[in-house]
Amino acid sequence: MELINEIIVSALIIIGASFALVGSWGMVKLPDLMSRLHAPTKATTVGVGGALVASMVYFLALNGTVSIHELLITLFLFLTAPITANFLAKAWLHTQRPVDLPRPDKRDWATFDTEHRDPP
Amino acid sequence: MIEYAIHYAYAALSLGLLLNLWRLLKGPTNVDRVLAVDTMVINVIALIIVYGIETGTTIYFEAALLLAMFGFVSTVAYCKFILRGNVIE
Repeated sequence: MELINEIIVSALIIIGASFALVGSWGMVKLPDLMSRLHAPTKATTVGVGGALVASMVYFLALNGTVSIHELLITLFLFLTAPITANFLAKAWLHTQRPVDLPRPDKRDWATFDTEHRDPP
Repeated sequence: MIEYAIHYAYAALSLGLLLNLWRLLKGPTNVDRVLAVDTMVINVIALIIVYGIETGTTIYFEAALLLAMFGFVSTVAYCKFILRGNVIE
């Protein structure tokens, strides 16, 4: 394998692993859940993304063919990350009822606004 | 050169998994624990991809894709359970 390919793959792997480590360190360091929610997004986007792009470059240089499995994983992670974060924030709001959270003007948060209905 | 980068990635991702495990054990609320498990799944996906680069086969992408899907579904199911006390109503 050529030197330039090795340098690109190594740099991408190192960048991705470093971002994943920073995201996990943020899980320990940040004070409450709403702050902690944004730490794993670094691991999701640049961490896994760096490893996937490194793998694409590596197998392109190794076999000469472009594989699209990596794009599938990236697409799936990017689509599901906001849904997961939204669900976690909603679950936390409903279990904790935080008092120091800033309110939207003159109203409560929308997730508390829905009327409770009995299931049919 | 790639070997050294892969060994560094193994060390960094394993350390990240240990930090997530600390949050999983300590986490004040249940939602913190669900978030820790979600982050662990993402770190394991990166670990599997790096292992696939080391072995030079493309078999491991299917494992990574399956893990991504199961991680998403399990996180949503846990959050639904915390919110409603039931997963499928």
